[in-house]
Amino acid sequence: MSYLKSSFRHPNAKVNDIGFTKKDYEGALSTLCAGCGHDSISAAIVESYFAMNIEPHKVAKISGIGCSSKTPTYFLGKAHGFNSVHGRMPSVATGANMANRDLQYIGVSGDGDTASIGMGQFAHIVRRNLNIIYIVMNNGCYGLTKGQDSATTDIGSASKKGAPNQFSSIDLCQMALQLGAGYVARSFSGDKNQLVPLIKGAIEHQGFAFIDVISPCVTFNNTASSTKGYEYVRDHLEATGTIDFVPHRQELKIKQPDGTSKEVELHDGSKLVLQKNKNDYDLTSKREAMNNIETVREQEKILTGLIYANKDFPDTHQKINTVSKPLNSLNKDELCPGSGILDTLNAGFR
Amino acid sequence: MTTHNNIKATNDFVIRFANINGSGSASANNLFTKVVFRLGIPVSAKNIFPSNIQGLPTWFEVRINEDGYLGRREGYDFIVATNGQTEQKDYHELLPGGYYFYDSSRKLPDNLKRTDITEIGVPLTNICNENYTDPRLRQIFKNIIYVGAIAYLFDMDFSVFEDSIKSQFAKKEKLIAPNIKALKLGYDYAQAHYANVCGLKIHRRDCIKDKIMMEGNTATGLGAVFGGATVAGWYPITPSTSVIEAFEMYCKKFRIDEETQRNKFAIVQAEDELAAIGIVIGATWNGARAFTATSGPGVSLMSEFLGLAYFAEIPVFLADIQRSGPSTGMPTRTQQSDMLAAAYASHGDTKHVLLIPSDPKECFEMTVTGLDLAERLQTPVIMMSDLDLGMNIHVCDPIEWDDNRLYDRGKVLDQSALEEKQERWGRYLDVDGDGIPYRTIPGTHPKKGAFFTRGSSHDEYAVYTEDGTVYAKGMERLLVKWDTAKNIVPKPIIKSKNKSSAIIYYGTSASASQEANDMLTKAGHQFDEMCIKSFPFGKEVEDFIQSHDTIYVIEQNRDAQMKTLMVNELGIDPNKFNEILNFDGMPITAQYIVDNIKKNPNQSESLKVVK
Repeated sequence: MSYLKSSFRHPNAKVNDIGFTKKDYEGALSTLCAGCGHDSISAAIVESYFAMNIEPHKVAKISGIGCSSKTPTYFLGKAHGFNSVHGRMPSVATGANMANRDLQYIGVSGDGDTASIGMGQFAHIVRRNLNIIYIVMNNGCYGLTKGQDSATTDIGSASKKGAPNQFSSIDLCQMALQLGAGYVARSFSGDKNQLVPLIKGAIEHQGFAFIDVISPCVTFNNTASSTKGYEYVRDHLEATGTIDFVPHRQELKIKQPDGTSKEVELHDGSKLVLQKNKNDYDLTSKREAMNNIETVREQEKILTGLIYANKDFPDTHQKINTVSKPLNSLNKDELCPGSGILDTLNAGFR
Repeated sequence: MTTHNNIKATNDFVIRFANINGSGSASANNLFTKVVFRLGIPVSAKNIFPSNIQGLPTWFEVRINEDGYLGRREGYDFIVATNGQTEQKDYHELLPGGYYFYDSSRKLPDNLKRTDITEIGVPLTNICNENYTDPRLRQIFKNIIYVGAIAYLFDMDFSVFEDSIKSQFAKKEKLIAPNIKALKLGYDYAQAHYANVCGLKIHRRDCIKDKIMMEGNTATGLGAVFGGATVAGWYPITPSTSVIEAFEMYCKKFRIDEETQRNKFAIVQAEDELAAIGIVIGATWNGARAFTATSGPGVSLMSEFLGLAYFAEIPVFLADIQRSGPSTGMPTRTQQSDMLAAAYASHGDTKHVLLIPSDPKECFEMTVTGLDLAERLQTPVIMMSDLDLGMNIHVCDPIEWDDNRLYDRGKVLDQSALEEKQERWGRYLDVDGDGIPYRTIPGTHPKKGAFFTRGSSHDEYAVYTEDGTVYAKGMERLLVKWDTAKNIVPKPIIKSKNKSSAIIYYGTSASASQEANDMLTKAGHQFDEMCIKSFPFGKEVEDFIQSHDTIYVIEQNRDAQMKTLMVNELGIDPNKFNEILNFDGMPITAQYIVDNIKKNPNQSESLKVVK
């Protein structure tokens, strides 16, 4: 495998509305295993940001540790990235977001990084409703340490090591719902048509947007006995519906065959349009979302697509009432009380 | 009453208030302390409190000393005993000739019989019951009544008490009259029953000048406001919590945007200390000034992130308000026992800059300096305060601020600097030999300056590498930066008369150490002194050690941690240092230091007889 990426740019390459080519949204060449689901997710991220016309350098990419957490190197090469410590991406992302509310934040984590070592921090970033896209590249195993079961490995699922997992698995979408996330989705790395609009919707969502992406580990957990392998996942998908992202002011051209179409309006007027399959339920109802995940699970299937979306929750900055100007741009004059108050101050200590 | 030699002293004695926590005694005791201060007399107060909210013993020790010695002194000349749980202990700990003040509504137990002290019984409960009907007021005013009584006994200017009450309750005027009434009840009772009984006096002096009295943690929080910190991530832990509380209080005063009424600060109470420092790292990486405060257990939890900040070169300012360890230890007792844990926090080869304040003013200044140094050096800077400094009130010089002082944001390339840059920029490239590379802030430039921050090994261009030579070169450059730090961290304070013997101390051991040296000097055995203010050690520290034959290192921990740092970092023969170690959780005293210097078998015979 070559580690050098060609810097060739086709002169007629398509540019987006702000003049960037798709190449401008790519990163370094991936060093993950050939066929790794994570690379497909990176590609979906590239496509989404390109299509959403976001300047690459106005995004901050933050991750923890693990195969998934390596991926921010492989997309948005013009954006700053931070590969932090295991399970602690949420706190670093929180601090970064507090410092500059004007950037876009994308947090990338894995099932070990989020559901085990980082469970505490995951719970609290959701509670704070930080304005960030949080993507879990969920392969149901620890890839970088060669395939141990993780906390999202389903009971009975067996990886290449062969022993079926005995312990209950954690459903991160249910956790995110329970903890108050405003945007919850699940997808599959092999279903780009579904994943891209979900990421676009997450980009537009103000507040915490969670996407659990099942992303098979080709090396350690792609066996016939694994519930996170390509074959099993493909055979057991149950989408809430087909998603389309419709930017603000763009005309709706979605066919509405049987009246099951449902729109979710995002803060800037853009819309997510869901063509529901069969389970008609209210996307803004936490209770129904929980119920839907459980119902589909009982049928031994995996619910994917947009599971829940509610635009009305204030994010961390709104909750703690910070100024609209990024805190990292405030200068001494705006921050320091100055010597003028010293007399009063010192008098108070006498 | 028995005849014995009463202690007679003016403006030089120690009073201990024995209370029950949660009973409202703290504000009464603080009132007394403040009045002493306002009478122009140096005073120090040590709150010895339990890790509990209500019902357990708590003591408040006030040392009044017009010579300005404000370290703790052992031995109580006067005890205000209001806690039945500790009555036996309090009674017996009183110095011979001392005064035992108690609530005589109940007779003293028969077994409390000392003939060498003076008992002063004031029926606090009865007076309260006669004058107040509300049970809550009875409890609160009981404390004020004893303050009124001792005001008489110590012959203090009563008008200062009245003025203090008036200013304290300026916004709750209804409370002024009942408080003054309670003070008078105590004052009048003492006057009627104990005229000319107490030999301890507090008389007005002019020793305070423009000094102030505050807690170190308040000064630290204030320093973070002046120093431009905008983000604080934190997790509650005694004795550091009041740092963030002070920061929040002053932010609400000085950092609310007038027009929008919105906050020019973000305080995030994290889920644990790991997250608290993660928030700081995320914020400083993204160009804001940020800080956190914690204590020993928090430093343990933050270690992993401190290693990341050291290796990835991200500014961090952390205030460690030390308490007695190890583990949970004695959470409400003081110690200087995190020195090693902080200096070398995290796995692998790491070392961190430490700043060591001795009084609240230094807490303020070192917080501002620490925020500067963290950004200048792109590394963690840890301020080593402690419970004694952080949570007790200390007399110190007033807070100062020079409006010409700029924030040192360190080596940051802004948009135009990146635009003009012709040669390839390397995040970890040392271009000018000080070991400090230039950094960029996310979102600065569309095409230039982006890089991937990581705790894994990286080359000068922030690219992942497993090339051992490249890795080693980076680790060696961090040592160049360490050498740069030696020249810009606060210098030690040295008092030298070219003696061959010296004492070395730091932080809250300063007052007691200086007093000890004065005691020894009076007996003809003067020592040179060095108060260490920071780590790494600069040349001054090394020279001072080299130029003395006998050195005592005074510390408040068991293992002589500062000595270890000096031996380790400066290659000094450990035998050169004599250890004076106090680690019982109580602030160190001058007498303890003198006694231990005398105990040294190598010490001269003449010194051994010094009292």
